[in-house]
Amino acid sequence: MRLCDMTMHALHDLLENGEVSSEEITRSVLERIEETEGMIQSFLNLAPEEEALARARQADRMIRDARRQGSAISPVAGIPIAIKDNMCTRGIPTTCGSAILSEFVPPYDATVVKRLVDGGAVMIGKTNMDEFAMGSSTENSRFHPTRNPWDPSRVPGGSSGGSAAAVAAGEAVAALGSDTGGSVRQPASFCSVVGLKPTYGRVSRYGLVAFASSLDQIGPLTRDVRDCAMVMNVIAGPDPMDSTCVSEPAPDYTGFLDRGVRGLRIGLPREYFGPGMDPEVRSLVEGAVRALEGLGAEVIDVTLPHSEYALATYYLVAPAEASSNLARYDGIRYGLRARGSQDVVSLMKRTRSEGFGPEVKRRIMLGTYALSSGYYDAYYLKALKVRTLLRQDLANAFERCDCVVSPTSPTVPFKLGERVEDPLAMYLSDIYTITANLTGAPAVSVPCGFSSGLPCGIHFVGRLFEEGTLIRIAHTLEGALGIADMRPSVAGRRDA
Amino acid sequence: MASEYETVVGIEVHAELLTESKVFCGCPTRFGAAPNTQTCPICLGMPGVLPVLNKRALEFTIRTALALNCQVAEFSKFDRKNYFYPDLPKNYQISQYDLPIGRNGYLDIDVDGEQKRIRIRRVHLEEETGKSLHAGEDIIAATHSLVDFNRAGIPLMEIVSEADMRSADEARAYLNKLRSVLLAIGVSDCKMEEGSMRCEANVSVRPVGASEFGTQTELKNIASFRAVHRAIEFEAARQIALLKSGEHVTRETRHWDDERGETVRMRGKEEAHDYRYFPEPDLVPLEIGREWVESIRESMPELPDARRGRYVRELGIPEYDAGLIADSPAMTRFFEEAVGLGGDAREIAKWMLGELSAALNASGGDFESCPVRPSHLVETLSLIKTGRISGKIAKSVLEDIFGTGRSPEEIVRERGLVQISDEAQLVAVVDKVIAANPGPVSDFRGGKEKALTFLVGQVMKETRGRANPEATNRILRERLAEGTGR
Repeated sequence: MRLCDMTMHALHDLLENGEVSSEEITRSVLERIEETEGMIQSFLNLAPEEEALARARQADRMIRDARRQGSAISPVAGIPIAIKDNMCTRGIPTTCGSAILSEFVPPYDATVVKRLVDGGAVMIGKTNMDEFAMGSSTENSRFHPTRNPWDPSRVPGGSSGGSAAAVAAGEAVAALGSDTGGSVRQPASFCSVVGLKPTYGRVSRYGLVAFASSLDQIGPLTRDVRDCAMVMNVIAGPDPMDSTCVSEPAPDYTGFLDRGVRGLRIGLPREYFGPGMDPEVRSLVEGAVRALEGLGAEVIDVTLPHSEYALATYYLVAPAEASSNLARYDGIRYGLRARGSQDVVSLMKRTRSEGFGPEVKRRIMLGTYALSSGYYDAYYLKALKVRTLLRQDLANAFERCDCVVSPTSPTVPFKLGERVEDPLAMYLSDIYTITANLTGAPAVSVPCGFSSGLPCGIHFVGRLFEEGTLIRIAHTLEGALGIADMRPSVAGRRDA
Repeated sequence: MASEYETVVGIEVHAELLTESKVFCGCPTRFGAAPNTQTCPICLGMPGVLPVLNKRALEFTIRTALALNCQVAEFSKFDRKNYFYPDLPKNYQISQYDLPIGRNGYLDIDVDGEQKRIRIRRVHLEEETGKSLHAGEDIIAATHSLVDFNRAGIPLMEIVSEADMRSADEARAYLNKLRSVLLAIGVSDCKMEEGSMRCEANVSVRPVGASEFGTQTELKNIASFRAVHRAIEFEAARQIALLKSGEHVTRETRHWDDERGETVRMRGKEEAHDYRYFPEPDLVPLEIGREWVESIRESMPELPDARRGRYVRELGIPEYDAGLIADSPAMTRFFEEAVGLGGDAREIAKWMLGELSAALNASGGDFESCPVRPSHLVETLSLIKTGRISGKIAKSVLEDIFGTGRSPEEIVRERGLVQISDEAQLVAVVDKVIAANPGPVSDFRGGKEKALTFLVGQVMKETRGRANPEATNRILRERLAEGTGR
């Protein structure tokens, strides 16, 4: 196995023991990028090779110093990591996959980026995404689509498709994505990597370009659950720059890995396992649940009676907040400015007409409508009420179980272009994942097998701030299924 | 006209808070800095930034709510007010919609010696916008526009009254009183000329005795209290004229043109904004602890009304004079310091409101920067009291201090101003004056009391004002009586 295909924790051990250098790891990743990026196109902006290697050498010095002093090194020290292009990176373009920010270079680092950089991570590049994180296939990027490393004719999922594809293909050892309706977990499922959406308020959003503020959360995309826990240890915790971030310190997530599932109760929501679920997906998920049962978990039936309204609720709340969050892109202060305007109103109109793609415009219009006086009560306010009911549904379920399970996505990865003309079909990709965003609950997607060679993920939602329980379950399942080592063959292809 | 219609006025005041830093970031709030030097990614609304509330701004708003007798909300939140404007960095303003910090308060005002209670509907906290500068005659003719974001994010308080005022005079009294309260509690410097205090008036008229309000117009861009008065008077007259000629008032926003002295239509209600308010998701809701509110209440300074009452009750200052001093923090500080130095409170008030105010008005200064310090005044007053100088000389001494800053003692000594109280010396002068003015002397003797004033004046002239007035008066009467045998 090449260095670029190894897990972060394995590389961390090698670095710690001085058996390998960050420079070697980084070279391996850069070579892989050279081989595969022409086809996968995970990145929007790659660090120049010399810059990446300079960062690696700096990390090597940091690791050497730590070793000499006998102090611990950060789990991300010396590890090549990719960042979704909606997290601000000082001096490095941050485009959100949008023409309107194609020229934008932030003057500051997002808190998560700062924590990774301070930990000695080697930032390898900014990954592709659906414009402003709106989409489920990474085809809504204004620059180019990303392809699924397991089958380049298919999408990697979205909107963090670039990050998921990069990790799956060996173009980065770990990555950060953002998850507003499932945007970390669904691409994790499509690319057969681990994706966690932490509890709302667990990870600082400072520097994450907002899509829907009350739903957005940053999460890791990693090769296995231990890597996920290790990245969480670096990025989670209070941040004075984000007042929605809780003040309690985060626990050591690696401490949950080996606790097993004995005594845990897994809830099977009646509403999710009804007719209509893809039979292949269903059998993979049920197989995984049986495996957990075999390891001592108890499986019970639960009900989430308001599930059928979750998607509609999401498509009111998210666009409403987006319409407001995206109002600042007007050509006045930064980013794209349309040419040829004589007055400020036409300048703003033209800039936004040229700068935003169709999906973004669709959601801005939806959100503006939902918030407008006369419709507010019927749409936005009603959606907030349903959101409360969904929260109660989950709270009731969690009185009886420790997590609820479902597939991550109703289907395996679909073909590029297949759903581009059908936004509603695209929206259904998020049906299992959005409830976690609407309720703030933590949720994880773990690979649970393949259907005709295409990845499938299983999805667990936990109690607020109990990411640890999810890590326990996910790590136990991963050990039982033994598929965490599988890598897409495309990763080996040269100029495929 | 006034007997047929009455004016109804409600006032909205915006006041910038005197915090060290902005409301959602750590940028300084100093006025007059070079454009865009007091900004950061947060107050510029850069992608990805988040607001964090300045607790001091919240405290100042609570302090204001308490001073205006409002109920302070236990639970509050911020909302987004969405509208596109080039000087609004995020194209939404973080403000408060349905849950303001304070509500249902009041402020008592005095108009023509009568007290009236103006109800306060709400007090809320929001962020200030940036400032557009148009390169050209006006916004239309400008070749380009520039934006300064130094102001963006300064905490701004909005204070909304009920439509309880019935004249331009009441509106001005309300604003004066509100200003004195905000100054007393130290939350704002209330400088209209620097834009840290701004007001808008909602004006309507209705037939006297009617219970329904008429259609109101909203007056914007009013830059001084005097302009408020003029704008309301103009607008009420305009509306009354419309109604009298059988037309109706249109609900609209009007701009006050101070130079032309008239209101001009800006936009109608049909063009009014749909702000699409919704709860600000980037800030957690506010739980305002009662203990905190009580500790703020306890730390409140004396408010102008209480201060005035105390001056009247304890120091014997006339009601009106007490109000003038109590409403001005600078005058209050001056007065309290002078009284603290052992001066006679009534005399201090008299001289402050008389000579000193006149001199300050003429020089354009205020009591804060007055060259005559409280110690100067107290010293001067004690020179009068001990008979060393006359009141008239005192005026000239104060004038001298005003220009030179020298001490009264020094001035009196150097200019030889010590009062002449010596009997023999005065008699000599009086006799000389009597001899030189036979006309007035016989007038007085003929019963014209007024002629005495003239003769006293002549004695003063002879002594260059140094003659002790009481003694002069007495001696003159004695000598004149001697002559007639009266």
